[in-house]
Amino acid sequence: MPTSVMPESGLPAPQEPPPVRSRLSPRSVLLWGTVSLLGAVAWGVLALARGEEISAVWLVVAALGSYAIAYRFYSRFIARRVLKPDDRRATPAERLEDGVDFQPTDRRVLLGHHFAAIAGAGPLVGPVLAAQMGYLPGTLWIVAGVIFAGAVQDMVVLFLSMRRDGKSLGQMARDEIGRAGGAAALVAVFAIMIILLGVLALVVVNALAHSPWGTFSVAMTIPIALFMGFWMHRIRPGRVVETSFIGVALLLLAIVGGGWIQNSSLADTFTLSPTTLVFCLVGYGFVASVLPVWMLLAPRDYLSTFMKIGTIALLAVGVVVAAPVLRADAVSEFASSGAGPVFAGSLFPFLFITIACGALSGFHALVASGTTPKLIQKESQVRMIGYGAMLMESFVAIMALIAAATLEPGLFYAMNAPAGLLGTTAESASQAVAGLGFTITPDQLTQAAKAVEEQTLIARSGGAPTLAVGMSEIFSGVFGGTAMKAFWYHFAIMFEALFILTTVDAGTRVGRFMLQDMLGNVWKPVGRVNWKPGIWLCSALVVAAWGYFLYTGATDPLGGINQLFPLFGIANQLLAAIALTVCTTILVKSGRLRFAWVTGTPLAWVVVVTFTAGWQKIFSDDPRVGFFTQRARYADAIDAGQILPPAKTVDDMHTVVTNSTVDGVLITLFLLLVAVVIVNAAVVCVRALRSPSPLPTTEAPYVESRLDAPEQVAEPLAGARS
Amino acid sequence: MNVRRWVRAVRWYLRELTGEAGYDRHCDRHRRHHPLAPVPTRREYEVLRARHREDHPQSRCC
Repeated sequence: MPTSVMPESGLPAPQEPPPVRSRLSPRSVLLWGTVSLLGAVAWGVLALARGEEISAVWLVVAALGSYAIAYRFYSRFIARRVLKPDDRRATPAERLEDGVDFQPTDRRVLLGHHFAAIAGAGPLVGPVLAAQMGYLPGTLWIVAGVIFAGAVQDMVVLFLSMRRDGKSLGQMARDEIGRAGGAAALVAVFAIMIILLGVLALVVVNALAHSPWGTFSVAMTIPIALFMGFWMHRIRPGRVVETSFIGVALLLLAIVGGGWIQNSSLADTFTLSPTTLVFCLVGYGFVASVLPVWMLLAPRDYLSTFMKIGTIALLAVGVVVAAPVLRADAVSEFASSGAGPVFAGSLFPFLFITIACGALSGFHALVASGTTPKLIQKESQVRMIGYGAMLMESFVAIMALIAAATLEPGLFYAMNAPAGLLGTTAESASQAVAGLGFTITPDQLTQAAKAVEEQTLIARSGGAPTLAVGMSEIFSGVFGGTAMKAFWYHFAIMFEALFILTTVDAGTRVGRFMLQDMLGNVWKPVGRVNWKPGIWLCSALVVAAWGYFLYTGATDPLGGINQLFPLFGIANQLLAAIALTVCTTILVKSGRLRFAWVTGTPLAWVVVVTFTAGWQKIFSDDPRVGFFTQRARYADAIDAGQILPPAKTVDDMHTVVTNSTVDGVLITLFLLLVAVVIVNAAVVCVRALRSPSPLPTTEAPYVESRLDAPEQVAEPLAGARS
Repeated sequence: MNVRRWVRAVRWYLRELTGEAGYDRHCDRHRRHHPLAPVPTRREYEVLRARHREDHPQSRCC
């Protein structure tokens, strides 16, 4: 059979399929009782500890306990009562098996694939920024969000797409909701992708600006990837594992080499301003998207997957062994005042916008309706792959939050407040932080930068440097001591930049295909996938689009992350709204109204959150929140011949006016597109409910499976018995 | 013994995850469907795989 067969190993053997209704054995009652109790105690400690520093281990225990219970009970409920996977039914991987797109894949391998595709820099950045509101609100949202919204979305989309031969989210929207909804979804997906790429690239720019060490080691990933590409394509074709090991070794060498470069005469060559970095990234993005995939994208993808899994495992070990204490407040005053320097706006709705990936990420719906459904061996495995992989991503977000919350708040704000507020010297930053109500002396700030061998840590917004400082604290506590701090800092920077550049490569390519598809309707030749001028034109357009946001972000006097991150969060959550709308519509149309709340409740929540946030971003009177109020304030000042800080010149003033207008218009456009999808879906649902006879199914017809694969996913923590 | 098993399991996992093992499966399949034609070489297979990847970009998430 074509399925991959696992050799005899020490890995757990699949269990017998439990029957549909099972009772808990006394042993599993005891086990799950203990898990619940541990989780409850950890949550209790987190909730009740006030005015004292508590260990980050409590956060880990609370999260893991909740995940275990949610996986064991809620995901099982969704599988058995709502989706009803049937392992006697052949999956598209089996029916349409072609050895290329469709291929029954071992569930553990597919879990790895799926996790590598969904997890990136998002769950590392959002929680770090959200730490401004304290660690507790972020933790609560990450854990509750993933259990009731994020993992549910991933699992349901995966299942629905699998039952439809791996149709994409856009196709499902068109088939289930209609032409208008489908077209709006397509445009929204494209626009959202552009914003995503711009914001992620901005994170890299902020992390590498004026840092010769970081810039050198990240730049070295390009020759390393090229070398790997030639090695495994030309010299030793197909030897991916060996090549990846060589690549990782070279990567570590590049990180060490960055330290030498920093202390050499070459340091100036690699000390780049944000604007220069923007142009480098844009150029890189274009070249990477038109080069053959085997040269740059494929090897980079392997590197980034290995680094991702390795570093996350290392971080988990580090957090448990080092057991750092949380220095941030449980709930900070910015949670209610909405006057936080990192991003403006109050806890509701902006916390839920800032932390998207890790709790609920619409982008996953694109992965869950792309490659993964075509590789599933048995239907019941959607639970482990869809729900399980998202829980893993959520855990990454929790660790990022821990890394940020273990920093001294003074340092956190000195790194994350906008440059305009902090100024450029340690003294000015120290004063600005004092103005926010926290303390850090100029000397401490200089020392902190020196410890990680950076010129400065002031206003290094974007999340990556903050996470890197937090990770270097945790890692150096376990491996290598203070001497290794600078290495670990740059290791963390490299790790994030690697993810992001992979996303930028892949995203530009996906964007190019979408654009070619759309423009192909207008002018045929552009749609041809192998017509070179069409490829170059569309690649250039996509790169120019995200490059625009990257450039405005890097030069925005008000702080690009502060301005653009809410836009990114709203965009991502709106994509989730589209995905959940498609899911809910299909549940209603297929006669499962009773269970429509499973995706309907998270849909309602995400609609309330995004539309409130969007509304405030458009109409708020507070210039820090409302884009158009901000625009009016700066435009009036220009008319009056004034310059408002943090702008320094008239040009800065004009920049603010243009950026606020663009951002405001974009948010309006996003909300309108999603509203079209939802209204269209609501009409379809009402029609379905009024229809006297059940609507025809859109699922692929039933074919009996001949595949003798493990029928049920083994419970991760031995549980039910018949 | 146990260590050897684990090493084998890890190697199996990595080869599957990276798609390195895909070549063996491709050859099996090829022999089943075209028993008389020679199986593609590793190099030919990698060219096919790269071309397929070229035409089916996969988005990486945030």
